[in-house]
Amino acid sequence: MYDFGYHRPDTAADAASLLTKNGEAKVVAGGMTLIPTLKQRLAQPSDLVDLGGAADLKGIKIEGGGITIGAMTTHAEVARSGDVQKTILALAVLAGGIGDPQVRNRGTIGGSVANSDPGADYPAAVLGLGAKIRTNKREIAADNFFKGMFETALQDGEIITAIHFPKPEKAGYCKHPNPASRYAIVGVLVAKTASGVRVAVTGAGPCAFRSKELEVALGGSFSADAAKGAKIKSDGLNNDLHATAAYRAHLVSVMAARAVAAAG
Amino acid sequence: MADSGIGASVKRKEDFRFLTGRGTYIDDINRPGQTCAYILRSPHAHADIVKIDVAKAKVAPGVITVLTGADYDKGGVPCGWQIHSKDGSPMIEPPHFPLCKDKVRHVGDQVALIVAETYALAKDAAELIDVTYKEQKPIVSTGDADKPGVAQVWAAAKNNTCYDWHIGDKAAADAAFGKAAHVTKIDLVNQRLIPNAMEPRAAIGDFDRATGDYTLYTTSQNPHVIRLLMGAFVLQIPESKLRVVAPDVGGGFGSKIFHYSEEALVTWAAGKIQRPIKWTAERSESFMTDAHGRDHVSHAELALDKDGKFLGLRVSTKANMGAYLSTFAPCVPTYLYATLLAGVYTTPAIYAEVKAVFTHTVPVDAYRGAGRPEATYLLERLVEKAARETGIDRVELRRKNFIPTNAFPYQTPVALQYDSGDYFSTLDMALKASDWAGIETRRAEAKKHGKLRGIGISTYLEACGIAPSAVVGSLGARAGLYETGSIRVHPTGSVTVFTGTHSHGQGHETTFAQLVSDGLGIPIESIEVSHGDTNKIPFGMGTYGSRSLAVGGSAIVKAMDKIVKKATRIAAHLMEASVADVEFKNGTFTVAGTDKSKTFGEVALTAYVPHNYPITELEPGLEETAFYDPLNFTYPGGCHICEVEIDPDTGVTKVVNFTAVDDVGRVINPMIVEGQVHGGVTQGIGQALLEACAYDKDSGQLLTGSYMDYTMPRADDLPNFKVATHATMCTHNPLGSKGVGEVGAIGSPPAVINAVLDALAPLGVQDISMPATPLKVWQAIQAGSGRMAAE
Repeated sequence: MYDFGYHRPDTAADAASLLTKNGEAKVVAGGMTLIPTLKQRLAQPSDLVDLGGAADLKGIKIEGGGITIGAMTTHAEVARSGDVQKTILALAVLAGGIGDPQVRNRGTIGGSVANSDPGADYPAAVLGLGAKIRTNKREIAADNFFKGMFETALQDGEIITAIHFPKPEKAGYCKHPNPASRYAIVGVLVAKTASGVRVAVTGAGPCAFRSKELEVALGGSFSADAAKGAKIKSDGLNNDLHATAAYRAHLVSVMAARAVAAAG
Repeated sequence: MADSGIGASVKRKEDFRFLTGRGTYIDDINRPGQTCAYILRSPHAHADIVKIDVAKAKVAPGVITVLTGADYDKGGVPCGWQIHSKDGSPMIEPPHFPLCKDKVRHVGDQVALIVAETYALAKDAAELIDVTYKEQKPIVSTGDADKPGVAQVWAAAKNNTCYDWHIGDKAAADAAFGKAAHVTKIDLVNQRLIPNAMEPRAAIGDFDRATGDYTLYTTSQNPHVIRLLMGAFVLQIPESKLRVVAPDVGGGFGSKIFHYSEEALVTWAAGKIQRPIKWTAERSESFMTDAHGRDHVSHAELALDKDGKFLGLRVSTKANMGAYLSTFAPCVPTYLYATLLAGVYTTPAIYAEVKAVFTHTVPVDAYRGAGRPEATYLLERLVEKAARETGIDRVELRRKNFIPTNAFPYQTPVALQYDSGDYFSTLDMALKASDWAGIETRRAEAKKHGKLRGIGISTYLEACGIAPSAVVGSLGARAGLYETGSIRVHPTGSVTVFTGTHSHGQGHETTFAQLVSDGLGIPIESIEVSHGDTNKIPFGMGTYGSRSLAVGGSAIVKAMDKIVKKATRIAAHLMEASVADVEFKNGTFTVAGTDKSKTFGEVALTAYVPHNYPITELEPGLEETAFYDPLNFTYPGGCHICEVEIDPDTGVTKVVNFTAVDDVGRVINPMIVEGQVHGGVTQGIGQALLEACAYDKDSGQLLTGSYMDYTMPRADDLPNFKVATHATMCTHNPLGSKGVGEVGAIGSPPAVINAVLDALAPLGVQDISMPATPLKVWQAIQAGSGRMAAE
């Protein structure tokens, strides 16, 4: 990797001011994507602002019946949190299925959501559960957050501080992993909420998206059969070595059906 | 000695240092004054080098030297095996210089060597090198490489053909097809694999300014072979001035047999700058530059009579060599492949032709099994298809065509003479262990849960224990393939064993110590096994082709025989008895009919303190060396049975049971044998379901250049294996052992694919290629003629 300056601020506010001062600085959370990128010399930030020291970015709390998770909370912490398990079990299940134990112990929810990797699991939960992404500047609704492959609504100098998930009536998550990387080839989160059914898909497109076909089908009947019966169009879906767009389209309804079956 | 001798599952002596992080791998070695090398590699698959400007790099911070093809004044990397084409002409053998001079021929080809005080500085400097390339269209497809109009890799190799070789009796095979009641045909691809040893390749070149001696520390399965190839052919350094050390090596699977040009580069450049140079591959370099395996495209036809007896076999194969000929590449798809096409069957007439082609890809060479997995896959897919077509039960069809157990030695129509085997017993044991008969119950149970169960079988044979020198010499090998073993008995009775084989995961330090513990009757703790250093070991051909025990172990046994013979004479002298009356058993010499006895330790001490000694007849000391050249290959074989369950909604195949019953001859350490089978079967399941190397056909870029896209088998992909052995002894080596390193990878892939096809048969699926990924299985189901009727 190339040389860079390294900073480890104690608070999110200090991190934000460091970012403002160093135009070419990057934030590092768990580093699961950024560190390999640096090692391959594919990025050359002037400075790294490590959020690992910012205590105000960590922790899980029940809030307004839902759950709020600090940006620097690791996947393993979410997976084993009793509060998460009893509030939104699907979220704990999702976090417990990310990567491998090493990744789950280093990777963070904020890092994953801010990165918007097309194969990441968390974006399906954020979008499917209608979460609110809180930053040092504002609160962003999930529906307005994911903009494309590795693209989000975050602006320069903006840091995710926490994500708030409202409690659904029911929710389930199921993914078909890439056999090599075990990222999601297709991951589907289904949620039955007071304002209707939400279905979010990750892995299949450039970034997480909601599936209207499945929301309509499951709105009629929140059942595995209804999900399996939904016809998903393959237009615009990812097509690579591991999965064609047609296969992904098929898997979206299969994973949705399994997510419904698992929903609690 | 029952607890540490032959047949005991002794825990591996080497594991304490490996499991506690105390192994010594190349990257753990640091020489005084050491520098670091980075190799600038081609980003293109095929391009002319128009210009290389290294001026800025040469003056970059910490840079000691920058070398390109224009600076390189030594020899090319040689090929160790010459094949002749059908018309008698020798194969096309293009030059392979460690640094490209005018063209690059695969992504990762070597363009410049940058040596600096640190690796990071060398890498920084590499970015300052300006290479002007003129890109050309590449050819990467094995099947298309010899077609007209495609890109040419070498001007001398017309239609990219390296050789066009054949074996067997074409007229006899054609005649067999003429009288066949049924002919089964199949087209198969045996896909390219990337070996993925845990330790990436690495090398340190060192030059002693006082003596002018060179030392190469390298990740090698055969340091003496590297000394010979690099010393004699590339750098012209006499063996007496070149030491090659391969210390602990973290896996090879064949990929560390070959002489790689990085080894020559660091040694050559170390002499130039008179400082040691270390190079360690990054994982991406391993994917891009380690010799790959397999990569065959084949058509095969089997002729059967009305009763299902095999009459004849015709095979036509194209094998990808990559851009250059790696050390043993030419022999893999010929003498390690086509000679195995009789398999375990009495097929009387066989004809095979093999065309080797060059492409703009990294060289392909031996990878666990090397040719024999390809032959086994072809035969066992073909036999399975014949059973389906003729309606003959697939187990009965195999049994009907097995070489009878009383027919050994058995001469095949493709050169080999099998010494021993019992395919009926391994088959019966595997059928029983896998509960073959109960599959329909399990299939019905799976169907209730919406899953497709299938079971598949492979009855296989391989030739290993490589190999009789005279035989391989007549087939084109440019080396002998004997092995050496030395036993040094120390004055107080402990023993050092020196072997020319190399352990990089096989457990030689334990297995060979067991041999000696058993033979000399001394505790295993008193025995150390030394390997991997040309300055310590008399000579050696190394470890590959499942040869270490059958050939290297036999050399140790021969050396041990010499030790016992000499020690017996010393003991006879001490006990004032006739040599003929002295018996050696369990570490003690006795005289028949008396109570006289001497321990092995007493005799050893006498050999080094020869006060009371037959000095006029016998030299002092107790150290012996043997060179053992085998009389034949060895022929392990057996039966693998795989059971899978497929989720038709996702195409995911789960291996639910795997049974391997192998005849590997005499087993020294059952635990190590079982571990070898586990590893081999895992790699076989990897090939069948998960692994594939892919190059982009237009750009020649490696698409599976990391673990994000190349699927390695992992523990949760595997069931608990059922492993058993059934031994028929090798008849021509002193141990009776046949070898176990490769059987798992050879026997398993067709068992897995036959199981997948068995599961999918109700949906009208007749063919699937390796790896049977979820995508491919799902696509095959979509294309299948019917849907499983819903219960």
